[in-house]
Amino acid sequence: MTRTLPTRIVVQCMVAGMLAFSIANAQLRIEITQGVARPVPMAIVPFSWEGSVGSQAPFDVSGLVATDLVQSGRFDPLDERDMVSRPTMPEDVDFDDWQILDVDVLVIGRILPAGPDQYTVIFQLYDVLRGEHLLGYRLNSSGDELRINSHRIADMIFETLTGIPGVFSTKIAYVSQEGIGDTSRYRLIIADADGANPQEVADSPDPMMSPSWSPDGRKIAYVSFEGEQSAIYVQTLRTGIRDRVSARAGINGAPVFSPDGRMLALTLSQDQGNPDIYMLDLAGQVLTRLTRNVAIDTEPAWAPDGQSIYFTSDRSGGPQIYRVETYLGADVERVTYEGSYNARARVSPDGTQLAVVHRVQSNYRIAVVDPSTGLTQVLSNGRQDESPSFAPNGAQIIYATQEGGSGVLSSVSTDGRIHRQIASVAGDVREPAWSPFPRI
Amino acid sequence: MVRQVWLLILIVAGVALGGCGGDSATVPNSTAVSVPSGDAAGVGANQNSGTSTTGIAGVGGPDGVRIVPGPDAPGLLSSLVVYFDFDQSDIQAEFNELLAAHGDYLASNSDVRVRLEGHADETGSREYNIGLGERRAQAVRRVLLLQGVASEQLNTVSFGEERPAVFGSDDDSYALNRRVELAY
Repeated sequence: MTRTLPTRIVVQCMVAGMLAFSIANAQLRIEITQGVARPVPMAIVPFSWEGSVGSQAPFDVSGLVATDLVQSGRFDPLDERDMVSRPTMPEDVDFDDWQILDVDVLVIGRILPAGPDQYTVIFQLYDVLRGEHLLGYRLNSSGDELRINSHRIADMIFETLTGIPGVFSTKIAYVSQEGIGDTSRYRLIIADADGANPQEVADSPDPMMSPSWSPDGRKIAYVSFEGEQSAIYVQTLRTGIRDRVSARAGINGAPVFSPDGRMLALTLSQDQGNPDIYMLDLAGQVLTRLTRNVAIDTEPAWAPDGQSIYFTSDRSGGPQIYRVETYLGADVERVTYEGSYNARARVSPDGTQLAVVHRVQSNYRIAVVDPSTGLTQVLSNGRQDESPSFAPNGAQIIYATQEGGSGVLSSVSTDGRIHRQIASVAGDVREPAWSPFPRI
Repeated sequence: MVRQVWLLILIVAGVALGGCGGDSATVPNSTAVSVPSGDAAGVGANQNSGTSTTGIAGVGGPDGVRIVPGPDAPGLLSSLVVYFDFDQSDIQAEFNELLAAHGDYLASNSDVRVRLEGHADETGSREYNIGLGERRAQAVRRVLLLQGVASEQLNTVSFGEERPAVFGSDDDSYALNRRVELAY
């Protein structure tokens, strides 16, 4: 997405003789039509490393910040080679140098040593058009934490510029499978939102499914088939210790934490083999049944106020999304009416949208549905797209798709404009679940 | 003399019971009394009692072992899989005889248990496919119950799309994955 040199030389020539006019013109941006938002031109000057001469920076902080912001699809980075100056301190910033280059936003910064394996990172964010300083920040970090702190810096810049909280420092959980048949190995993995830094939290020769985060980000619920029967576990991430919370006869599936973290909604088939939605109070192990229908009722998802649960049911013939009130299991209402297959709903953080698996002819794709109107917009275009999960800022959806016969993870902005494939990881990858915002 | 006979009878009983521990229904064949191995002291005399038994081949299945359904079993019991149409869990007529054979077998061998493992093809959502697999396993279960199989003999589990029999992404592969397997 870096703009090419020849174009800018032309621009520079035009601008050289008409400096005053070009500053006025800079405020009249020509928007690219066809409904594609124009990425904001941004310059991130490589941060200085102020350690001893000849030593290397411990981590390329500004490089990762730039990658995060570019991958959001909203920013267009200036190539370093085109930079006229490379300030690292506020007093060195000359807005003319950046306005000439048609840059709207400038980021500068420094990394200083602060003790054995300790560093201080300082950065500044400027609105070039108005010549305003928007944000300045200083943080301390160990060497190990420079990666996550780079993501936090990107989050701060993103939120200052867009008003939307960034999700660069959040995590994703997913299931990875390698091998087939008797040599199959399933792993539950937690990685950074960009796919880097994968860490295995569970490992089994038998299938695992349906990872789900607790609202405080400290636990994961999942389904495991160890011992050839399904069971639901809740595992504490920090310790790796897990509780088996449901191992009833038949299906134990699709666990999801309630917004207050106290309950799981899940699928059980203990009543004569018929899958229905239940709620389990984790403290007292009290089970409440929510649906009572000979159809397959499964894949619950909580509304953010905890008052209702969306779920998949084929009671009308094929899978569609329904909503039931959590109080007494009252008022079951159908929500999706477009298409013959809608399943596996996930609710946006503000509760106004659902992401679903929606079939178009014989292709399974991710769509967003307005639950109050049933209006459906297809966002992805694969054959076998599944398991959508909202980012905690509601701006993106991660999902599983197929690429070259192998399962991979992809994300799409909720307006459908920006597509991104998550850094590929080993094995066949599926069932991504986006973490909540970290609670500090 | 009487005491020796009683001792030998006890040894035979001990051997017979010991032989029954592992397999489900092995009938010890013997032409002579044998002493339990590993017994250094050699309890009991290694001599013939007044009674002997002789095994005859060709009765009660090969080697006198009860039939277990599977690739080596005779007739319909050699098949352990029922297939299903897309998005369906009804038993197709072509599988009626197969399930009748298994139903008969189970009804006649009430100590035998079978696990009905339900599966789905990979299209669509995973947990919904767990539901489809379960529904298929339950359909087979109901047919077997109608044949007089006791419900304690039947266990069901659904693997949804997680344990495919074949790995293609075409309709033929999908058809081979929509199945219930009878696991004895």
